[in-house]
Amino acid sequence: MKSIRWFVAGFVVMMLFGWVIFPAILYTHEEQPLQFSHKVHSGETVGLPCQDCHRLSADGRFEGVPAIAKCAECHAEAIGSTADERLLVEEYVKKGREIPWLVYARGPQNASFPHASHLIGAGLACERCHGSQGTAESLPAFRRNRISGESQAIWGTSIAGFKMAEWDGMKMDDCARCHRERGVANTCLKCHK
Amino acid sequence: MVIDLDRCTGCGACVIACAVENNVPPAHEGTTPRTGLTWMRVVRVDDGRSFPDTRSVFVPLMCQQCDHHTPCVSVCPQNAVEYDEETGIVTQVPVRCLGCRYCMTACPYHARYFNWWDPEWPAGMEQTLNPDVSTRMRGVAEKCNFCHGRLQAARAKAAAGSRPLAPDDYQPACVEACPTEAIVFGDLNDPRSTVSAAASSPDTFRLLEHLGTGPKVRYRSRSAAVRESLTRNSVSSEKEQVHG
Repeated sequence: MKSIRWFVAGFVVMMLFGWVIFPAILYTHEEQPLQFSHKVHSGETVGLPCQDCHRLSADGRFEGVPAIAKCAECHAEAIGSTADERLLVEEYVKKGREIPWLVYARGPQNASFPHASHLIGAGLACERCHGSQGTAESLPAFRRNRISGESQAIWGTSIAGFKMAEWDGMKMDDCARCHRERGVANTCLKCHK
Repeated sequence: MVIDLDRCTGCGACVIACAVENNVPPAHEGTTPRTGLTWMRVVRVDDGRSFPDTRSVFVPLMCQQCDHHTPCVSVCPQNAVEYDEETGIVTQVPVRCLGCRYCMTACPYHARYFNWWDPEWPAGMEQTLNPDVSTRMRGVAEKCNFCHGRLQAARAKAAAGSRPLAPDDYQPACVEACPTEAIVFGDLNDPRSTVSAAASSPDTFRLLEHLGTGPKVRYRSRSAAVRESLTRNSVSSEKEQVHG
């Protein structure tokens, strides 16, 4: 009886460590340099289309995060009265400095992801990979895997690797599965560089 | 790809262009011709006679992109080397490589190289790296892949324009850099392409043709002696001489 109690206690401790403590210490918790509301910009208040800031250039390169000059088109002077608005105008727009955003979706260095092939070639919507980020009220904390140095968005939110949503996780398996389903070539250098 | 040896002056512009395009680091201290990373190199082959009777030819050498029985693909225990059916390019995935160097032994053209050291660039030079090509770590093999980064960029550009990739959409860096236009690149399967016309010339030959590897890199020369020598014999390079 005593040995069963020890087993159960050990089991509970190890499960807690594996499912709760390990994920908590595996990822960093980094705040973005300033808050930004996609909802305000793309919603009814301003109503900008996604492509206004996240442009696909004619040579096929995707300009993911807009330069500060793009923000300055509207925010040359503070529009609102929030602390983040003041920070944006005083620290970045007026000084001409780029905002050091922490990019959730940045993939590993040896993988390339041509947005052009996926948006135009395959006709995928942004939400397929980015979820509801485009309508979110605020920017969540950036969580970096302390071992690999990659964003948590690559592995996904579940430590066990279960997909919580279609867009959750951008591992090689996730890319390969979609390629397989659509009959797209799965050779290594189709994506690796 | 067809390389006209009569046009090649041995200037080495292709060698430099290749290294810059593909993020090949400067040679580490202690590098020998055997241990360097020379995806593209130019070797001089002569007829063995002494000056002033000697006749020599410069031969740009890179991965010959074998078509049949591709030696490096068949020996790789890691599936780190692939034959891309779509393009016919023999591709290499360095992160998958375990560093056994079997491929280097198997390659009859000595066109594969091993990273004996971690790549290092002089301070500031890392800013000049090509973002379309990943750097490689110590312990993996690598080789020419017809400037794959350029192919991927060309694919993205074609997709942005809602059109399929055309054979003329991209050129490898060596082709672009060659001042005498000795290298022609294109789709060998397209009978109307310039490269097909060049490849069908009777002056055209392949290196070590008798091995039956069917390289997609062809050479041409009007000199029968050059054709004879290079078709039959392995190109004697500095690398092999050091090898003994």
